[in-house]
Amino acid sequence: MRIKLHGTRGAYPTSSKETRKLGGNTSCIEIIEDNERLILDAGTGILEIDFDSYSTANRIDILLTHLHMDHIQGLGFFKPIFDPNKEIHIWGPGGSSYPLKDRLNKFLSPPLFPVMLRDIPSKLVIHELPNEPFKLGKFLITSKFVCHPGPTVGYRIQVGSKSVAYIPDHEPVLNKAHLFKEDKWISGFDLSHNADLLIHDSQFNREEYEKKVGWGHCTMEIAAELSKRAKAKRLVMFHHDPAHTDKYRSEMFTNFMTAHTFDFPIELAVQGHEIEI
Amino acid sequence: MSAHEIEIILSRQLADCLTVPVFIVDPEGTLVFYNEPAEKILGKRFQDTGEMRVGDWGNAFQPHDKKGNAIPPEELPLVSTIQTHVPAHKTFWIKSLEGKSFKISVTSIPIIGRSKEFAGALAIFWDNDLKL
Repeated sequence: MRIKLHGTRGAYPTSSKETRKLGGNTSCIEIIEDNERLILDAGTGILEIDFDSYSTANRIDILLTHLHMDHIQGLGFFKPIFDPNKEIHIWGPGGSSYPLKDRLNKFLSPPLFPVMLRDIPSKLVIHELPNEPFKLGKFLITSKFVCHPGPTVGYRIQVGSKSVAYIPDHEPVLNKAHLFKEDKWISGFDLSHNADLLIHDSQFNREEYEKKVGWGHCTMEIAAELSKRAKAKRLVMFHHDPAHTDKYRSEMFTNFMTAHTFDFPIELAVQGHEIEI
Repeated sequence: MSAHEIEIILSRQLADCLTVPVFIVDPEGTLVFYNEPAEKILGKRFQDTGEMRVGDWGNAFQPHDKKGNAIPPEELPLVSTIQTHVPAHKTFWIKSLEGKSFKISVTSIPIIGRSKEFAGALAIFWDNDLKL
């Protein structure tokens, strides 16, 4: 399984040269197995995907974690959506009151978007995520609601014995320095458990977090603690704050790694990187 | 082992912040969490007891009516909510650790999240003599 990081930034895209190393595109990763692909989230990173490589299938599956703008803002602009031969399946969490289609329609319609959802040239199929694991080709997909404002899920994608967990926006505990002692009280635990790779929110340092409790994001410390508790084999720190330059973010990471010891690899997510598990 | 549903986890995070006693039960009625103010009612600490089955916690604080007649667990609001999946409320008496009766009101609500599945219930205990 190959995982390509097309968008690693949170909140909004950046084009400054100070953020170019880690990348300015918002959340999007691509998972490839042989000639099959899954796309997770549709931030501006989706515009980097080469739809003429790996798989030229007419069907494209996009799994959304939630509908915050940084996870959907590429949806209306990626090439296949304007191709009438393409069948685009969008999966996402249902809401308490409004169905996924209605909530997506708020973005993919005037005045925020010039074209109505029903007028998009490709065949668009919108699915609310089932409560059970399901298969798309070779991929076994599990989604679970996680702590983040609004209906938000994390994903675990499995092919054979290999698995990747993707929880880009996550505040597992509110205003606490550590996770609850019992594993079953940890949001995202099941998704991350024994994963070969965990791609996880890590937006804030401790000082920033104290001013942004309840915003739905966490510190590097909490991301690493979750990874350790869940015995994930490798952690990629994701969802970089757009206000953080590469230099600042790298220093933050170096300070964090200097102060802690872990028995699994941890790295910062870099736009354009490809990870094989 | 499976982690609790997110709504139960969030309920605990809320309960942790409250000064009113809160119980959280799973769909089987097992008391999966109670906060510090609730520890004073039960006379037990969550970190010591862990989860408690319905028969254990239902009788632990000796619920009774005005005349001193015991109230069986199935008539307690939280147990009622577990069985019916609808909110319940009741005022009754419990015994303190010193054996003194005091009047409390309990309101329980079902926890049904976006998956539309019944994840458990949460009850707030209001001590009618409590001065917060």
